[in-house]
Amino acid sequence: MSEWRYWFAEQKGTLLALGIFLVMFIIYTSNHPAGFTANVVQTASNKGVLLAFVAMAQTLVVITAGIDLSVGMIFLLTNCLASWLVVGGPVETTLGVIAVLLVGVLCGALNGAIVIYGRLQPIVATIATGAMYFGIALLLRPFPGGSVNEDLADALTGRLFGVIPASLVTLLATVLIIWVPFSRSVYGRAAYAAGSSEVAAYMSGVPIKRGKFLAYVLAGLLASFGGLFLTFFTYTGEAAYASGNAYTLFSIAAVVLGGVSLFGGRGSVIGAIFGAFAFRTIGDLLFVFDLDPLWQPLFQGVVLLLAVSLGAFALFRVKNRLEWFG
Amino acid sequence: MSDTVTGGDTVSRMPKFLRRADPAVATAFACIIALLIFGSLYSSSFLSPEYLLQQLKVASFLGVIATGMMLVILLGQIDLSVPWTVATGAMMASAAAAFGPMGVALAIPFGIFCGMMIGLVNGIGVAYLRIPSMIITLATNAVAQGLMVVYTGGFSPQDSASEAMRYLATGSLVPGVPNAVIVWALIGAGTVFLLTRTTFGRSIYAIGNRERAAYLSGVDTRRIVMITFAIAGGLSAFGGVLLAGYASKAAQSMGDAYLLPAIAAVVLGGTSILGGRGSYLGTVAGVILITLLQSILSVMQMPEAGRQIIYGVVIVVMLLLYGRAPASR
Repeated sequence: MSEWRYWFAEQKGTLLALGIFLVMFIIYTSNHPAGFTANVVQTASNKGVLLAFVAMAQTLVVITAGIDLSVGMIFLLTNCLASWLVVGGPVETTLGVIAVLLVGVLCGALNGAIVIYGRLQPIVATIATGAMYFGIALLLRPFPGGSVNEDLADALTGRLFGVIPASLVTLLATVLIIWVPFSRSVYGRAAYAAGSSEVAAYMSGVPIKRGKFLAYVLAGLLASFGGLFLTFFTYTGEAAYASGNAYTLFSIAAVVLGGVSLFGGRGSVIGAIFGAFAFRTIGDLLFVFDLDPLWQPLFQGVVLLLAVSLGAFALFRVKNRLEWFG
Repeated sequence: MSDTVTGGDTVSRMPKFLRRADPAVATAFACIIALLIFGSLYSSSFLSPEYLLQQLKVASFLGVIATGMMLVILLGQIDLSVPWTVATGAMMASAAAAFGPMGVALAIPFGIFCGMMIGLVNGIGVAYLRIPSMIITLATNAVAQGLMVVYTGGFSPQDSASEAMRYLATGSLVPGVPNAVIVWALIGAGTVFLLTRTTFGRSIYAIGNRERAAYLSGVDTRRIVMITFAIAGGLSAFGGVLLAGYASKAAQSMGDAYLLPAIAAVVLGGTSILGGRGSYLGTVAGVILITLLQSILSVMQMPEAGRQIIYGVVIVVMLLLYGRAPASR
């Protein structure tokens, strides 16, 4: 019985995110003119999965008590690269996908190397590398364009057996292949430990540096998954500064909604995925209620502001005033 | 660590003003000189007084914004709401200018006031609700963007800047010296006074070093954090007002190009991103350095993509030179 209590305490953030998402999604589908159909679910999941990949990337870094302000730009860069490389026959396409993912890994590794071995603050370092990645993206695609292997794109954004959105299945597979082994490995535990208390982790002989480095590398990989999927949805590559910034911002919002602590050491990728879905659904609520799309940025901003202010309730539980100043 | 000993020897033999100089600030000024030499090799007009004054004028917009950023970074926080605070200041000031003579007179104060309100929300969030500054300022940035999109309908507003705004940004009271440079000098002088001669300024440094210790020493840390964020918001908006005067109108996303340079200028000037350490002289050096770099890249007709890459590389390399955290063990 008590084991359940521990499990519940650990998963509280994730469960809360799941709850918010379910409520929002029920409101969304019940007011949608088409109702709860496979089509509506497919569109919603396609949009949600894009943000979910970027949010997963952000989560890995946030768990180590860092932040990656370049995820949106890695996402753009891999999108632009995929619009060049993921074309042609099956062999070429496969090689293209591998190349795109490799570039994502490289971007993540560069971030990790600068932050961990260069000992720079993650905020400044990733803003700077983000500028580099955006520059390269712009070099690749000065104007929106390009193409993608449409068979693969349609297969991954369509439906399996006519019901299940393929993008959701891909997301699930990514979680099983990347997140589950990572979080159970020594390095995954090291990433958590480093985020929770780096000094204590160091004293306990945990491989912090390698754990954190792996977290940054996997973050780059996950962001490139997002970039690939963006190419599959749009069939083009575009280096739009505003969109890269928006994805970085939304990924942080999704992480916060998903119950991942920005101080590190707490939360999971699963929570961030539900956070991403919830955030997307909230943004789309405006459309089903037929409001002016001009209000969408304001609405999303206010939701974000409220979501981050919710954390302030923890202050009421603080017994010693000094704990305010961490 | 043998070079600290020899380093100490050389340092003690140097004249006093050099000994007191922060190595980061010295590096930044050395880089400015290197850039000027490099630029003059490229084009002979690079060292002409007109060109340099023009650069200072362009730098002053960034300088005003970076001043606010520096105050916040000294606290150990960061202000990511700069892009839309700049745009809000510019748009609201231009909007006020369209409301008759009263509006024209109040345009500049109104723009700054709007920025201070955004800063105040940031400050309350950071100081009283204890939300990490990176998060709350991103959120207020999104809200400010939302408000401006609703207000303008998603297009660049038609209102144009008032005469006073244009005069501040492009005129020159003293012949030869642009007004914008004078404005920056005044704000800079005010900031130096605030930081070095007032309790408020010393408290900012104290909070940046260790907020808990500052609180136990009797400083009302939360009030000071809140006020500092409000000042930073006001300065960002003032930067926006100047920019609107310079371009004679406000534009969507006009502030996007100022977030990264502002942070870079402050950090390159030797201010610790963890707070508590840094001088205004360093920020001035950082601002001039960034502006010169941008200017040289545009003189070389480097496309936007190349500029972004060089920009990122320069910031990372310079920080690796002197902005590294101490090895923890």
